[in-house]
Amino acid sequence: MENLLDIFVKSIFVENMIFAFFLGMCSFLAVSKSVKTAMGLGIAVIFVLLITVPVNFLIEKFVLKKGALVWLGEGFADVDLSFLTFMVFIAVIAAMVQLVEMVVEKFSPALYNSLGIFLPLIAVNCAILGASLFMQEREYENVLEATVFGVGSGIGWMLAIVSIAAIREKLKYSNVPDPLKGLGITFILTGLMAIAFMGFMGIKL
Amino acid sequence: MSNQEREPIFSARNLKLLKEPLGKNNPITVQVLGICSALAVTVKLKPAIVMALSVTIVTAVSNLVIAGLRKSIPDRIRIIVQLVVIATMVILVDQLLKAYMFDVSKQLSVFVGLIITNCIIMGRLEAFAMANKPWPSFIDGLGNGAGYGIILIVVSFFRELLGSGTIFGYPVLEKLGLYKAGYENNGMVILPPMALIFVGLIIWFHRSKDKSLVEKR
Repeated sequence: MENLLDIFVKSIFVENMIFAFFLGMCSFLAVSKSVKTAMGLGIAVIFVLLITVPVNFLIEKFVLKKGALVWLGEGFADVDLSFLTFMVFIAVIAAMVQLVEMVVEKFSPALYNSLGIFLPLIAVNCAILGASLFMQEREYENVLEATVFGVGSGIGWMLAIVSIAAIREKLKYSNVPDPLKGLGITFILTGLMAIAFMGFMGIKL
Repeated sequence: MSNQEREPIFSARNLKLLKEPLGKNNPITVQVLGICSALAVTVKLKPAIVMALSVTIVTAVSNLVIAGLRKSIPDRIRIIVQLVVIATMVILVDQLLKAYMFDVSKQLSVFVGLIITNCIIMGRLEAFAMANKPWPSFIDGLGNGAGYGIILIVVSFFRELLGSGTIFGYPVLEKLGLYKAGYENNGMVILPPMALIFVGLIIWFHRSKDKSLVEKR
């Protein structure tokens, strides 16, 4: 249990997707103009991460890893499909996003309407593929750990995008030098926030 | 390639495709694409250059392939087709890196895989390759890859020089005798946040040189 809490807190603060690894920067910069839309995208990201990370974990464990196919029979003990990782992960993500979209549309039209446009965008959000690849690299032990990591990364990502959106809303009233307006100042702000987030480094539970 | 008979390989139009992404239409500072992977690999020059080359190759070749196939790809499933083409290229690059440059491949860790979701590639496929002939698309891919690479190289040059005092691992500042004069490496520059601030500064510099890029608000 402590282990899970550790992974959870770590993935939100210490190894924040945006501030430590710059993952999902494209949508982070594009959709952070207002707090409301940022919130919508953040929730959608958490949602998709919650599903794709464990699914990819299971696929990795039972299909792709060296010797993972042994449950099919003795002859498969030497099969190593790990070079297919990228292809399978991205296919799973694209399929899951589509599936999630359909399920949400069917069972919760209200949620669908608020997430609507953001869901398809998420398939090419690097944070999603990044989380799956990190999950693979760090070799989590079981599905639960992988799920907790996925949700934590999602929450960290949402925290980041909502806070930068709030700052950008306030920024409208400040006098920024012309060439720095828009993109430039957003970059520098993200950098400063990342420095602040580095204060969480070294936290151990 | 039929268009080669009609226009020379490096016609003015194609040269423009190659040059524009380097400055006026830079994928990172102007189009805001592909930032995810751009920043994490810029601590040292070597991995940055390897990354820039990989992205250039993947962009150019997948542009070429998609432009060749563009008439036979059904509109509805084009995203999946594009992803498959990109993923294939990335797997090839990844395997090559693992075989010949294992240490760099370890340093780049997940970021080679993340080339797949690099928006520059998807963006160029959607915006250019789906509507143009293979050869110009190839050039466009090269140009955008190079425009991406140039930012990577500038950022990593400064980060390596200021952060570790080396260029390509060669201790420049030590040879210059700066340490004896009391200079110390700035450890902050190696940390991730400074990459963002450097890109911000590059954008500032770029836009004050070229006023037409300034955002109006």
